[in-house]
Amino acid sequence: MTTQTPAEPEPTATGLSRRGLFGLAGAGVAGAALGGASAAAVMSGGGAANSAGVITTYPFFGDHQAGITTAAQDRLHFAAFDLSETTSRDELIELLKDWSFAAARMTQGQDVTEAGAVNGSPLAPPDDTGEALDLPASALTITFGFGPTLFTTDDGVDRFGIASQKPALLAKLPRFSGDALIPGAGGGDLCIQACADDPQVAVHAIRNLSRIAFGRASIRWSQLGFGRTSSTSTSQVTPRNLFGFKDGTANIKAEDPTTVNDQVWVGNDDAAWLTGGSYLVTRKIRMIIEAWDRTMLGEQERVIGRNKGEGAPLSGGSEFSELDFESKGAADQPLIDTDAHVRLAHSSVTKGSQLLRRGYNYVDGNDELGRLDAGLFFISFQRSPQQFIDVQSNLSRDALNEYIKHVGSAIFAVPPGAASGSYVGASLFG
Amino acid sequence: MPNRLLIGVAGAATLALALSGCVPNNAASTTALTVAITDDTCAVSDSTAAAGAISFSITNSGTGVNEFYIFAEDKLRIVGEKENITPGQTASFVAQLEPGTYYTACKFERVGAPIGVAEFTVTGDTVTGSTSDRALEEQAVTNYIAYITSQVDELVPQVAAFATAYAAGDDETARSLFASARVSYERIEPTAEAFGDLDPKIDYREVDATAEGLDWTGFHRMEKDLWAPQAGDLNSDGESALLDWAPSTPQERQDIADGLVANVQELSDLVNADDFTVTLADISNGAIALLDEVAVGKISGEEDWWSHSDLYDFFGNVQGAEVAFGNVKDIASSKGAESSALVDDIEAEFAALKTLLGTYGSLESGFTSYDTVTAAERKALSNQVNALAEPLSNLTHIVLGVAE
Repeated sequence: MTTQTPAEPEPTATGLSRRGLFGLAGAGVAGAALGGASAAAVMSGGGAANSAGVITTYPFFGDHQAGITTAAQDRLHFAAFDLSETTSRDELIELLKDWSFAAARMTQGQDVTEAGAVNGSPLAPPDDTGEALDLPASALTITFGFGPTLFTTDDGVDRFGIASQKPALLAKLPRFSGDALIPGAGGGDLCIQACADDPQVAVHAIRNLSRIAFGRASIRWSQLGFGRTSSTSTSQVTPRNLFGFKDGTANIKAEDPTTVNDQVWVGNDDAAWLTGGSYLVTRKIRMIIEAWDRTMLGEQERVIGRNKGEGAPLSGGSEFSELDFESKGAADQPLIDTDAHVRLAHSSVTKGSQLLRRGYNYVDGNDELGRLDAGLFFISFQRSPQQFIDVQSNLSRDALNEYIKHVGSAIFAVPPGAASGSYVGASLFG
Repeated sequence: MPNRLLIGVAGAATLALALSGCVPNNAASTTALTVAITDDTCAVSDSTAAAGAISFSITNSGTGVNEFYIFAEDKLRIVGEKENITPGQTASFVAQLEPGTYYTACKFERVGAPIGVAEFTVTGDTVTGSTSDRALEEQAVTNYIAYITSQVDELVPQVAAFATAYAAGDDETARSLFASARVSYERIEPTAEAFGDLDPKIDYREVDATAEGLDWTGFHRMEKDLWAPQAGDLNSDGESALLDWAPSTPQERQDIADGLVANVQELSDLVNADDFTVTLADISNGAIALLDEVAVGKISGEEDWWSHSDLYDFFGNVQGAEVAFGNVKDIASSKGAESSALVDDIEAEFAALKTLLGTYGSLESGFTSYDTVTAAERKALSNQVNALAEPLSNLTHIVLGVAE
């Protein structure tokens, strides 16, 4: 193995495991212990700002994982993984450490290891795949989650000795109206959500993390997203989904810590290792956009319950006006239709449940009929899966259902953030 | 929805009014014909007439209530109707007909297939400019309501026959009746869906009923019993076909059959009620809604997941869309050259779609099983549905002529 003299100080005292370096020759840090103290930039408390004052770097370590209340970035690469049949508990822990190490570096705009893309041996393939070399961190966040099958397989096998710590509600979601799930396009033992303002940076993260996992875990399904469909900060303009409507106007915002604490972070009433974590639900929602596009404007607005231009509720006002479900029009009809999406999704009719939504538009080319294979890759974070179930169950008579199909579904428990130099999942395995 | 545009006319009383309103002032060419009705015949005194106002004097010599219809060339869309002709009664009404091919028929006791269907040709020149917008609109609504009720009345006995065979465990007969029993329903699907809880009971697919926690009943539950899945088959939501499912027991079959018959009867009662009405917008939106039914559920093969008789439903939806369009096309054509051109486009695309569907069979001879229709063939069908749906989706705007 070739040893490379570092051109600059190691950003952390951690390193990839031997296993993680299996395909990554030349890093010279194999077997290094995780957890050494460091004052590196990776652990800086706040985000680093570029010259324009826009935050482009987020810390990886902290009480909560980044990528949840973080102001939603513009691009997504999401991947669900299955562990290989031979992976042991120790190897799983090692993988999580390797992933945290690499994620901590990449979120700071660094290569996946010190040797990286170009500082390794010319006789070995580079550690880092290199496509992000000249790009800034671009607000990259990397968020890890654990699926129900990590704890017990569908056959009830406890592969890693953690079945007893499985949260009671961490289970495959029930069947919902509009489900047209594609086998194999949902579920997963583990997941990684990579969000960035540059699509190449997000892809670089998933690509390198999946490479590190080779032999231990492989991608089960993955999803690229563009155009965030929710704002998670009051500083963000409400974006539009592919139906052309503003989406996420009433979303939970980071600036509302009470709601975030009540609705997003797992409290003391759940599995202890998950305190400060959250639950992540993904739903790949295919839009029947051809049918939608030839629907008259008035009907589109009735279905949503907001006007298309400004996003104001049909009960009146402007975008952020409260919805008035009681107000009626000249013919005594409710101004916000009884089946309108905004009415049925509203917390007043979902047992108070709210979701922190963080979805992205997607276009996966076209289907065999020549129609755009497009829609919304819905992502929500909540302190309990029951919140999502309450909301989704309530949408069974949503007028929007005529124009959508749910083709993918997954749920993951998202552990709390890692302490400096530790790894995501330490609260479960430590 | 622009409720201020709602046109509330319904029932037989309005019919005569609407039609008499169509009689041009210079009614020089009024033709008087007679119609002799028995329980199983429907004889019109002449099979041709000159364009313009045509009066029919109808005598019912039979034993039960009868109805007289004039259908457009598609034998579906109704252009004139006289209801409730009791035994011994002679009733009359006037139809304003343009040159073209029509069909006359009767319907004994208001239920089942039309009786004594006979071609009726109207000759001469188009009578233009004789009809007011208002009269055209009232006529469109009246005729569409008549069409809805006629379809439901055909549905009732077909469903009864299918349900009887299913309940008796005569699966072979039930399978042979399934697809055709659904066609009338598919032609008027948006109307049935407007009655909230009826469509879920009659036509819900398993995945939707299960997800909504509803007791799964109706056509598709019967379909799955009749084309029972094998281990390893998947449902349309990607789950195992056998999950939460078991073949219906004889008692369940009886209950489900009775339920379908009762629900279809309720639909019949609702559309035959005096207060049943539709708006002009309902008609033109119904046309595009039926096309979207095709684009969303039929093209993908999800509708008849077990029987693969999707093309029957497909055809029924297209027929229903064309009837709805036919009811309002004169209104659309009257709105100027551009609107008239759009109507021509729609007619051409309907013809192309029906020609394409014709390569897969017909209602009479049966349609190809949809699981044997290749991806390339499905794409061609989808393309033609889109080609029609784009101009058709502008119909309501033109028909209602809403000023921006």
